[in-house]
This record gives sequence, C-alpha cells and structure tokens, in this order.
Amino acid sequence: MSEPLLEVRHLKKYFPTKSGMLHAVDDVSFSIEEGKTLGLVGESGCGKSTTGRVILRLHEATDGEVLYRGKNILELSPREMREMRRKMQIVFQDPYSSLNPRMSVKSLIEESLLQRSRGMSSAERERRVLAIMDLVGLERRLAHSYPHELDGGRRQRIGIARALILEPEFVVLDEPVSALDVCVQAQILNLLMDLQKELKLTYLFISHNLSVVKHISDQIAVMYLGKLAELADHETIFRDPKHPYTKALLSAIPIPDPTAHPDRIILEGDVASPINPAPGCRFRTRCRWAMPECAESCPELMPNGNSIVACHLYNGGQK
Amino acid sequence: MNDFLRIEDLTVEYRSGRRHVHAVNSLDLQVGEGEALGFVGETGAGKTTTALSILRILPNPPAKVLSGKVIFKGQDLFQLSEREMRAIRGEEIAMIFQDPMTSLDPVKTVGDQICEMIQLHQRCSKKEAWQKAGDMLETVGIDRNRAGEYPHQFSGGMKQRVVIAIALSCRPSLLIADEPTTALDVTIQAQILELMKDLKKQYQSSMIMITHDLGIVAEICDNVAIMYAGCVLEYGSVFEIYKDPRHPYTRALFDSIPDVNRDQERLKVINGLPPDPTDIPAGCPFHPRCPHCMERCKTEKPEAVHLNETHWVKCFLAREEGRRAHE
Repeated sequence: MSEPLLEVRHLKKYFPTKSGMLHAVDDVSFSIEEGKTLGLVGESGCGKSTTGRVILRLHEATDGEVLYRGKNILELSPREMREMRRKMQIVFQDPYSSLNPRMSVKSLIEESLLQRSRGMSSAERERRVLAIMDLVGLERRLAHSYPHELDGGRRQRIGIARALILEPEFVVLDEPVSALDVCVQAQILNLLMDLQKELKLTYLFISHNLSVVKHISDQIAVMYLGKLAELADHETIFRDPKHPYTKALLSAIPIPDPTAHPDRIILEGDVASPINPAPGCRFRTRCRWAMPECAESCPELMPNGNSIVACHLYNGGQK
Repeated sequence: MNDFLRIEDLTVEYRSGRRHVHAVNSLDLQVGEGEALGFVGETGAGKTTTALSILRILPNPPAKVLSGKVIFKGQDLFQLSEREMRAIRGEEIAMIFQDPMTSLDPVKTVGDQICEMIQLHQRCSKKEAWQKAGDMLETVGIDRNRAGEYPHQFSGGMKQRVVIAIALSCRPSLLIADEPTTALDVTIQAQILELMKDLKKQYQSSMIMITHDLGIVAEICDNVAIMYAGCVLEYGSVFEIYKDPRHPYTRALFDSIPDVNRDQERLKVINGLPPDPTDIPAGCPFHPRCPHCMERCKTEKPEAVHLNETHWVKCFLAREEGRRAHE
C-alpha cells in the first residue's frame, strides 16, 4: 500500500449559533492515497462540504489534524499555508455564482497565476492559460468571452482550469456536476477522470449523487450529521452495505428500469438537528434497528469485513 | 383517440427584443385518463413551457402561443375566457412546482394556504375548509395540528408535502408535477415519490411528471415523451422506451447516466450541446450532434414513425436502428 497523500484525523468543526453549538463535522477520520479518489456522500447539511473546506483551511478546524504528506497543515503559518494551497485546490459546485461575471475567461484563469507566480512574464502566463484551456477542453476562441455567454458545462470547465493551472496534487471537488444536465455531467465526469490519470491527481469528490460518486471514486465514505457512518471501497459499499443509513440511501436511488422493483427502505422523518446533538448514534431517530445502547454511546468506526462501519449492530458481533 | 388531454401542434415563442426563442415547436401529445406521462429532457427542452401553456399561465409577454390547441375533456382551453379558465386551474388541473421553498407564501400559515384553494373552488364555510385542510395534511403525512404553522417551520420535504396537499385539495383530474423532487435529498425524494404513487392510486388522477431523472420516470410513469429542442422525439410506454429506445438522442440520454449496477470505465457522451433555441437547426433538430446523421436529416423534418400502437419515433432510421440494435 502506498503512503496516503492526505490523512484526516479526528477532524472537528463546530459553529457557534444563537441556539447552541452546531456540530457540522464531528470527529471525522479518513485517508486518501496518492492518485486515488475518495467520494464523500451524504445529504444536505451532513457536513460534507464543510469537511472539504476545513481540509483546505477555508474554515479553521475546531480540533483534529490534517496531515498532508505527513505534515499537519492546520499548524502552518498563513504564509506557509499560502504556499501549500498551490498544491491543494478546490472546484465549487455552482459555476454560475463562483465566477466573477465581469472577468473574461482568460483573466479568470490567469487570476490564480497572478496571485501565486509573481514575476512570470505575460507571454508565459498566456502560454500557460491557453495550454490549460486545451487541457480542459475549452476552445481557445472563448478566451475573451464572459461567463454569462457560456453554458454550465463550459463554466465548470473554467472552474476546473482555475484549479489546475497551479499544477496542484490534490483537488477537492465540491459537487462539481450537480448543477449540470446529465449529458454535460457525463462530459465533465469523463474529463475529470482523464485529468486524474494524466496529471496523477488525488481527488476528494463531494456529492449527494451516489451513482456519480460510484462512477468516479475508489473509496466511498458515507456521512450522516457530521459523522462518518461507513467507509469502504466503491464496490463493497454497493454490493454489501453495512450501516442501516447506507442501506437506506442506496435503496432510495430511483433505478432507470421499469421492471425493477427495488426493495425500498423508506426512512421516517427528517434529519435531526446538528445543534447540540444528543449523545449516542446520530442516526438512531430514523433507524429501524435502533437499540437501547444506541442512545447511550456513539458507535466508533470499526473494521468489518472489507468495510469500516460505525454501528452498534456490528460492534457486538450480533446482527 | 381519447379526449382527456390532447395537445395539438403547440408552438410557443419567447420574444425579447429582436430575438425569438423557439421554446416549443409544433408539439403533439396525448394523456389518457388515469395515465401518468413523463416529460423527459434537458434544461431548455421546453418541458416547463408546455406545462405552463396547458394551464395558460405563461408570462405574456414575453411568451406567446403562436399556434395549437389544448383539448381537455373535449374543450379547447385556449378558447375559454379567463373566468372559465380560473375554474379549471386548481380544480381540474393542478400544478406542483419544483421549488417548495418559493411556491409557498411565507406570511400565511400552511392551513390558510390550503383553505384558500378549497374556498376558491368550493362553497363552504371557513370552518369546513379548515377541517378539510387538516384532512389533506393528514393525507400527505403531516400532523393536522401543524396547520397553524408557517412554511419556515417546516423542512424541505415537509414543504413539498404541503404543496402536494394544496394541489390535491380539490381532487383535480390532472396533476402536473414540475420536477417535484429535484430540490430534495434522495431519502426525502424517496418518501415523496412513495407518497405520490399512493395518492395517484387513491385519487385515480392523471399526471404529467416533468423531470430529467430517468429513474423517477421508470418508477412512476406509464408513458414517456422524450423532449429535445421543443419537440417530442420519441414517445412510448416506459417498457418500450427503456428496453428498446430507438431515437439516437434517447439512447445517448440513457448512456450518459452512470449506472450503479454496472462498472463502466467511461461514460458515453454525445458531443456538443442542445441547440440555441433562437436558432434551431433545420431538418431534425438533433442532426448536428447525431452520430448517424445523413444528408436528408439536415433539410427534411422526420415524421413520426409508428412502430406499434403506442411507440413512435421521429427519426428516418427508426426501423433500421432497431434492426441494428437487435443484430
């Protein structure tokens, strides 16, 4: 097994609110090997985007460690962190609101170079911008267009170009295809996979869409209310989901086959509030197998077969 | 032919300045009684515009219906007076919009919002209406004691349930649902779809389900219309469309969804983008992106080829394509 490029240990992010502490990310640990993709799935509000942002220190973590090639980046000075960000980039969900409407495609892509590579000649910058536009499949003639003139797929390509021009090693993809139509979504997914192979990138792919995550990820982590419920490689999690939440989530995907009659697990109620969560398992209020001990203590992530699961059903060995 | 709902040669345009956006182009469709029809297509295919023109709630200007008829239970809706039309909206045909956060009034209690619909169409006292509103909330799985609460006190899934309760409160015979679960999480989406399936059985109403998710259509609908650039390119029962898609666009649509039950190295993609609606290509609207494009596709509009009673395709290769696929 190769060394993990990124290792997250006991990461916590709490936001103070009027009604109490909001536990957005609560003790999350995982690692990503170099050149691989970890898919982080969960429903809205489960803390998946916050996790991505805390790793890049766009939010400061409340507690925990983020080791990048063995070095805890949460302890870096702002100056060292700026240098680090060259290697760690992010692509945002909404290509409509994450691009400055008053900047042309060329200046949008060039912007990151201006910030990070002072002293680079403008001819060199231009060469780099055009090269990256070729790489992500943006036609060169669009260099002087503005974001509003382009469709969602092209805008997302700008977002990818902006992230990749600094030649990063690690990219957080925060719902990069959720705002796109299926056909365009397929184009962008293929592009991301090609780029990964070509540039040996490591991805943290955040999404609520399980079929997309399965397609692109090597490993998948399922998150529920700030905690990891299950972590496994992408085949295992679909073939043999262990955590009751993973099972419900998988069964909820509508299958494009009218003859399929999925055995659907309908979860009762809504996600509980992440503000001052009660002790015990976060999922127990909606879990059909909830036991008395689920209310008492929070299950730890434990290896089970090929997966790592946080559920009392598996910790006692019974099921 | 049934006369429940029939759309004939509908053409709708949006006009802004000198630009004419051709949103819907001579569309023909039918929906039978008790049938659920899925409208599938990408953004800008004209799905919502078609739905809005059935109810005659297109913003005019900029939208303009250039031609066509919408025949509902034997009468042409476009010929009715505004007053007659108002009696149909909500009572006969109701609509569920995509975003439950914006389709509810934030300063009225949900109970009042359901009452509003009931009192508009039925002669009854406020007390009776309130009683019925409570019943409707229970039907969609919300405690009737919450009728006095405001939309912001509900979660997204609950709000969509309220919207469904309003739409169903007058027992419409046709329900148009415009991407009813797109704004919701998968587990909540599963709850709402389950609810809609139950209600459809219980109320026996017809439904038009507008969506871009082929999974949802497979679950809820009887028939599917695949829309592209304001036209229907293929129409058939879900079984026909999912087992034997004939139009190259329909196939491309299926190929571009990652399949959870299969491992794929790469997704097949169609190159290019849907056409600019101000400038729809001559001939078959899909020809610039079609892998099987021939000379005649560029100039001639393909007529519907009927493969059997329910399944038709607008493609010159409809029969051949099928043969090739079976070989």
